[in-house]
This record gives sequence, structure tokens and C-alpha cells, in this order.
Amino acid sequence: MHLFAPEKLAASSGIVGASGPAAVGLALAGQVLRPGTVSVAFFGEGAANAGMLMESMNLASVWKLPVVFVCKDNGWAITTPADSATGGNLLARARAFGMKALEVDGTAVEAVWPAAEIALGHARAGLGPVFILARCVHIEGHLLGDALLDMVRRPAYSLRKRTWPMVRGLFKRGGAPWGERLASARQMLEAVFRVHIDKAAGSDPLARTRRALAAEDATRLSGLESEIRGKIRDIVTRAMSSPGSPG
Amino acid sequence: MRHLSFSDAIDDALGQAMAADPRIILLGEDVQGLHAGLFVRFGRRRVRNTPISEAAFLGAAVAAAMAGLRPVAEIMLVDFIGVAADALLNHAAKVEAFSGGRWRVPLVVRTACGGGYGDGGQHEQSLWGWLGHIPGLSVVVPSTPADAGGLMLASLALDAPVIFMEHKLLSSRWLDFLGSGGRDTVSYDIPAEGVRGPAPDVWEPLPIGKATVRRGGSDLTIVTLGVGVHRALEAAAILERSGISAGVVDLRSVSPLDQETLRREVGRTGRMLVVDEDYERFALSGELAAAALEGDLNFKYGRVCTRSTIPYAPELEQETLPNVERIVRAGKKMVGET
Repeated sequence: MHLFAPEKLAASSGIVGASGPAAVGLALAGQVLRPGTVSVAFFGEGAANAGMLMESMNLASVWKLPVVFVCKDNGWAITTPADSATGGNLLARARAFGMKALEVDGTAVEAVWPAAEIALGHARAGLGPVFILARCVHIEGHLLGDALLDMVRRPAYSLRKRTWPMVRGLFKRGGAPWGERLASARQMLEAVFRVHIDKAAGSDPLARTRRALAAEDATRLSGLESEIRGKIRDIVTRAMSSPGSPG
Repeated sequence: MRHLSFSDAIDDALGQAMAADPRIILLGEDVQGLHAGLFVRFGRRRVRNTPISEAAFLGAAVAAAMAGLRPVAEIMLVDFIGVAADALLNHAAKVEAFSGGRWRVPLVVRTACGGGYGDGGQHEQSLWGWLGHIPGLSVVVPSTPADAGGLMLASLALDAPVIFMEHKLLSSRWLDFLGSGGRDTVSYDIPAEGVRGPAPDVWEPLPIGKATVRRGGSDLTIVTLGVGVHRALEAAAILERSGISAGVVDLRSVSPLDQETLRREVGRTGRMLVVDEDYERFALSGELAAAALEGDLNFKYGRVCTRSTIPYAPELEQETLPNVERIVRAGKKMVGET
């Protein structure tokens, strides 16, 4: 959660929306100290509703800061479907702040690359921030062990832990009328189905890209993969032998 | 008498109150899923999912309370209260005073706190000292299912803002959602009596601001709350084997603080050992010393708290949080001192 690389001016945070102010601050420093550089903020569409992120978009716009705001829209704000959490249209929302906004299929490397070039070029040229809305798929849920995915993967476990309390809630005395109770139960089931369908429909973009590369130039692919494996091995070795690490 | 989990006790008490009072609503991120039983029972007008907009929905909950609802606003983790601090600091806490008592804020802010399950420095804080510092807010931290349900009922009945804090290690629901993710390979050091315990069939409110003595002792008084109560009880059993009789006081409320019970118990032993999972400096632990000094007590003092940002690496995390070993060492040192 808290990955930091000061040499690369790269940071992350567990607070939803925090990439907004961070990217704006990095861009501010860049504008003063390293003209021609650009900063990039990554966040989910759920984070687009966080005050600090909307404030960041406004600030970047009025100060014409070189920021690219990349919004990964997978249709879920944690376990809440985006359509019940996000008002209006995110592209229109970004444009309302006065910034350039692009939409792209976030699962296709070959689509993201040119969109990024446009965005980065615009920001680097001092023309102000850019917003990229990248449509994605939520393959593993919000976090490892996502509750909705779990209901599909481990139905027996979920029956006891999750389904049973809902059944009890349906019949407990003192509460909403039947119609409302059934509507709630239905909404929960729909959410579970939607996650299941998302997971089934969403193929891993990395796997797709790999297949495409293999078809195009298998030698180059295996060269790249062994280079990547080597780099990971080096990093792991360094991490495991550094002070404070177990074993 | 039944046996309920800590999480279920809270929702059970909340459900009892919601059935009796249609003004009570629950709002927060993913609450329809996290409290599915309440969502199905009471419907979407009373159990509302919010966008990830703490500042907006907590601020709205304050004003909704002013206008006749009795909202329970859930801030998923207390660490995220930073995002919405203004709603509590400058509004919830001050409206009653500013309006000469004519406007009340019957708001309950329900939030998960505490560490010990590997979620890092931004997801494991306690912060009850920080919140208790603000005049106009009440802060409660139950340590058992029975207390959790009773304090929830009392919080709902109070016509003033209450921060109701649920320690994640006691809540199987939170641990499941945030920690283990259902993995069998992951387990945590969870205090059994805190996670599951006896609960009444019908809830009665447990008065806010009243501590309880969990264990009598004559050499030393451990003053603590939340998961600390269970760590302290375990430490007291170990200290007993070394001939040290340690009592344990469960504060239950940070604000208001039960000065009377504190002074009585510490007065009896002359030694106060605070076990407070919140940060050490400018904190509840210091406040307890001040409260005892203001009671004209003569006593020895020690504290076991979290002394730094909570590390992510599990071994470092365990050393940083108040663990049984640190409590035992501190207890022995205090008694050895005389």
C-alpha cells in the first residue's frame, strides 16, 4: 500500500483520493524546478467522488499544472456499484473543471499508449492538466478476499457468514415492509451476479497482450520475459538480504 | 442469555433501536453489504450506501441530526476521519454550544480502529485520544460484545455526538473484510472473550462514562480499554505467577472519563500502569496521570502505548503495539521500583 521510490518521485497511499493532491504537489515542484516534466495520478472512479481529488483537479486547472489524472473506471467503488455512487458523467465532470478529457479502453495496451501520448504531450507543453477515463475490469475485487467475489467462490462459507444474516434480516420482526426487504435482498444478489459476470467477462489485459506479442514476435517476447524475471530476482534478493527483513 | 460475536452484538443492539425509532438511519461506505442483515430488515431508505465522500456524508449526518434524524454515520476506519475532521471538530462538537443548547446533534459516528492484523500505519490507528481531546464529543471503546451492544444503545439515546469505536481484532466481520480475506493461512492473535461472549436477549443501555473493574488486584492497577483489556488480563495472570497482584480497569469510555473509578482503584494500589494502544504522546495515557494527580493521589506511573507510526512488517508491528510481554515487563519494573 505504501510503495515509495524517492529517486523516481513515485509514491502511493492507502487513503482514497490522496493521489490527487500528491500529483498536484509533484507537478508544482516540477513546474518550478524541472520545467517540461509531468506528474501522473492514478485512482479509481470511486475516488473521483473524494473531495480532495475534485479539489486537486480544480487546483491543477487554475494553476495550469502539468498533471495527468488517470481514472481507472471498473464500475465499482469498493463493493458499491458506480452508478449508485457517482453522479453525472466523469468526462463531463473533468471538462467542467476546464481540463482536456479523453476516454480510452483501459484493458487494451495498444489503445492506452496513444491516449497517454496525447495527454502527456498536452501537459508537458504547459497547456494544463488532462483527465483520462480508462474503462477497466475489476478482476480481483477491491482487495484480496473481496466479499462479493467470495460469495461466488466459497458459497458454503458465505452461506453461513453472509447469506444467513440476510435471511434472518428478511424475517426479523420490526423493520421495513416486505416489498422493501425483498428489494434489498434482490439488490445484494444482483451485486453478487454482477461481480461474477465482471470476473468471467474480464480477461486479464496482461495475458491478452502476451498472447498478441507471442503471435507477433515470440523471440522478442521470451527475451523480454527473461529480462523481467531477472530484474525481479535481483529485487527480491536485495530485499531479502536488507537489514530488518525476516529470514 | 445468548452468545453473540462482537460485531453481531453491535448490529443486534442497533437493530433493536432502529425497530423502535424510525428516525435512526445508518449511512456509510458499503454498509448495505457490511451490515446486510440490517439492510435487508430495514431497507434502502434506512441503510444507505454512500460514495467515497467522508467529508460530505459526515457533514451531512451532522446537519441531518440537527434536523430531526438520529443518524449512525459509519467511517470505515478511524484513520479516514482525517478526511472529514471538520465535520466533527468544528460542527458536531460545537453546534450545541454555539446555539446555547437550542440545537442538538444526536449523531453516532461508528468507526473501526486498532491494529494487529497487518494493515499498516494508515489503517491501524486508534486516535481516541485525539477525538477525546475535543470538547463536545463523547468517545466510547467497548471491549466485549455485552458492552458493545449496551454502549451502542446508550450512544443512540444520547442527544449529543458520540464516536463509537470498534476494535478490529474483536470484530470478525472487519477482520474478514480487511484482514484474512477468508484465507486459511492467515491467523491473528485474537482475544477470545472479546470476540464472542454473553449478551442479553433484550439490550439495555450501558451508561457512558462508567468504567468497570475486570480484575481485582492489590499491587498494581492496569488502566486500559479495548483490546488492551484482554492483553492486560493475560499479563495479570502471568504477573500473578510472579507474586504480583495486578488489577485491571476497563475504561469503556475515553470521554467522559470515569475519574471516580480511576482514583479509587489507583488510590488502592498506588501504582498506575496504563495500557493504551493509541499513540503515547499528548494522549489518553497522559490524561489518566493528570486525572489521578488532580485527585491528590500519590502514585507510581508507567505506560505501554504505541510509540511510533505503526510498521507494516508483522514482527515490527507486534513489537510496536502494546503486547502482553511489554505489559508484563512494565508491571514487574513498576513493582520492583519500590
